[in-house]
Amino acid sequence: MKTNWLLAVAAGWLLGGCVSERVVLLPSPDGRTTAIVVRDAQGEVVLDQAYAGVQRRAGEISRVQSSSAEVEELFGAALAAQPQKPRSFVLYFAGGADVLTPESEAELATIKGEIAGRPASEVMVIGHTDSVGGLEANDKLSRLRAETVRDILIAAGVPENKIEIAGRGEREPLVKTANEVAEAQNRRVEISVR
Amino acid sequence: MPVNIRTICMAIVVAGICGGALAAEGEAAGMVKNSKGDVSIERVGARIPAVVGTPVFAADKVRTGADGAVGVTLRDNTLLSAGPNSLCVLDKFIFDSTTNAGVISVNVRKGTLAVVTGKIARQTPESVDFRTPTSVIGVRGTEFVIEAGSGDED
Repeated sequence: MKTNWLLAVAAGWLLGGCVSERVVLLPSPDGRTTAIVVRDAQGEVVLDQAYAGVQRRAGEISRVQSSSAEVEELFGAALAAQPQKPRSFVLYFAGGADVLTPESEAELATIKGEIAGRPASEVMVIGHTDSVGGLEANDKLSRLRAETVRDILIAAGVPENKIEIAGRGEREPLVKTANEVAEAQNRRVEISVR
Repeated sequence: MPVNIRTICMAIVVAGICGGALAAEGEAAGMVKNSKGDVSIERVGARIPAVVGTPVFAADKVRTGADGAVGVTLRDNTLLSAGPNSLCVLDKFIFDSTTNAGVISVNVRKGTLAVVTGKIARQTPESVDFRTPTSVIGVRGTEFVIEAGSGDED
């Protein structure tokens, strides 16, 4: 029924005489549902379909259904300037030591290539732990892991000033577990290249 | 509630310009990754060319000329890109890389802006907004575009 309403309004929308504002929700890249809400003095409009939009003309806001062609026409230049999406890599340690697994070691070359290939690249090295131990202790541990990987990257020739470190502790497990569960997959360091 | 792993993309168009500058302090909020034509950043009254690699700070005003376009990646992986004749102000940027909590407020005074939301919008969507002269756009979940324009410029 929401779709019908959107289509009806789109049919009534011919030419934009003096549209002063537009907002269009774009399709989510992974196909998941997504939404934005546009608020003004009159109230709010929720946009939750691909290319659903609002436009303001003579102070009045109305729903419109845009399209990929129209978005390209109006926003093509802005979209063409969009920075490359960040890319993440995950490294694992062999045992509990400061030594990467052979697979992770092999991935370093790809990571270096990614960093070198981007304009004004930056790197966030993010440590993670499993749920064994307290929150604070894990924050500290995850940061230490990130520092270890930072040093590995620097040794591999990545400029130090590009690298920032973060420790997410046990907040973002790859594999969900109960508290105090040892899980090797969660003891990892993520390298986010942007 | 599990953390939603998604991004929002949007586009915004606005017409109209406003003024006002604040000091830039501390850590950069982001960096210019793409720059084409006439693009500048106004910071504490000074105007600097926004070439690739220029850091962007909270309160910076990013302006593009008739042939300009610019792409900025914020520290939480939010992607912002503006088309020609645009003026966008990064009113607020706070990011805690341990918790992924933070605040983003971007004011599209004029022109076009495309957005792909980042980590802050996933962790604390209620503290991320995009403003035009007459509307506030809140994020509930990813990609969108905004246009603002026509009317008063000051």
